[in-house]
Amino acid sequence: MSMKITTRQIDGVTILDLSGRILLGEGSVQLRDAVRDLLAKGQKKILLNLGDVTYIDSSGIGEMASALTAVHHQGGDLKLLNLTKRVHDVLQITKLYTVFDIKDDEASAIASFA
Amino acid sequence: MRGQEETRVTYTLESSLESVDKVEQTAEQMARDAGIDEDETFKFSMAVREAAVNAVLHGNAYDPQKRITASFENTGEDIIIRISDQGQGLDPAKLPDPLAPENLLRGSGRGIFLIRSFMDEVHFRQLHPGTELTLIKHLGTTK
Repeated sequence: MSMKITTRQIDGVTILDLSGRILLGEGSVQLRDAVRDLLAKGQKKILLNLGDVTYIDSSGIGEMASALTAVHHQGGDLKLLNLTKRVHDVLQITKLYTVFDIKDDEASAIASFA
Repeated sequence: MRGQEETRVTYTLESSLESVDKVEQTAEQMARDAGIDEDETFKFSMAVREAAVNAVLHGNAYDPQKRITASFENTGEDIIIRISDQGQGLDPAKLPDPLAPENLLRGSGRGIFLIRSFMDEVHFRQLHPGTELTLIKHLGTTK
């Protein structure tokens, strides 16, 4: 199963609902392009909803790290929502758990951007 | 190419992401057949996938003239997976530490670290040309 991204806007926050596998190749490129497009449009408050992500590899993790850096460079913020246990474990092992702002409730995640 | 024994299989594959998928799927099935639980199967197959990505991407650089070889063996005590490429070789001592603060947000460089995190033993062998990674998962252990 490849990755799918759908986009929503709530209270000035862009929510990217990701599902499937974020892997080297199509998945990580999709994520890179999606974040790049949002930044180009000036949408700098980004919430990645990873609740339906079944798998992530080192390329996908790297893409999320690069996305965070890119958003911060533009003066925005990028947060993560609804980590599955697998994604959580990988982020913890790679210590990225300490650099991302991670939420488990959408409403409070959106409010935290204000 | 497929070996004769049910618990020992060897593939010689093109340097492509399709080959990476095949190696991952074979590892995943092998872990399930060995009775490894879901979480550990995920970590195991992810480590194998990362090794295959290294061989295809960093080793052979998607060169259509080069192949990767992946062998899978269940000895009853261990699952042993060997993945080799025909690239320029890899010196694991020269890999940057992905947990160092200055590297935490790098966009790459975590593959070998994840392999080491999820496997019980990881060995590197220089070929001429290329690199062979041997990944060992002790059955009955979790990591």
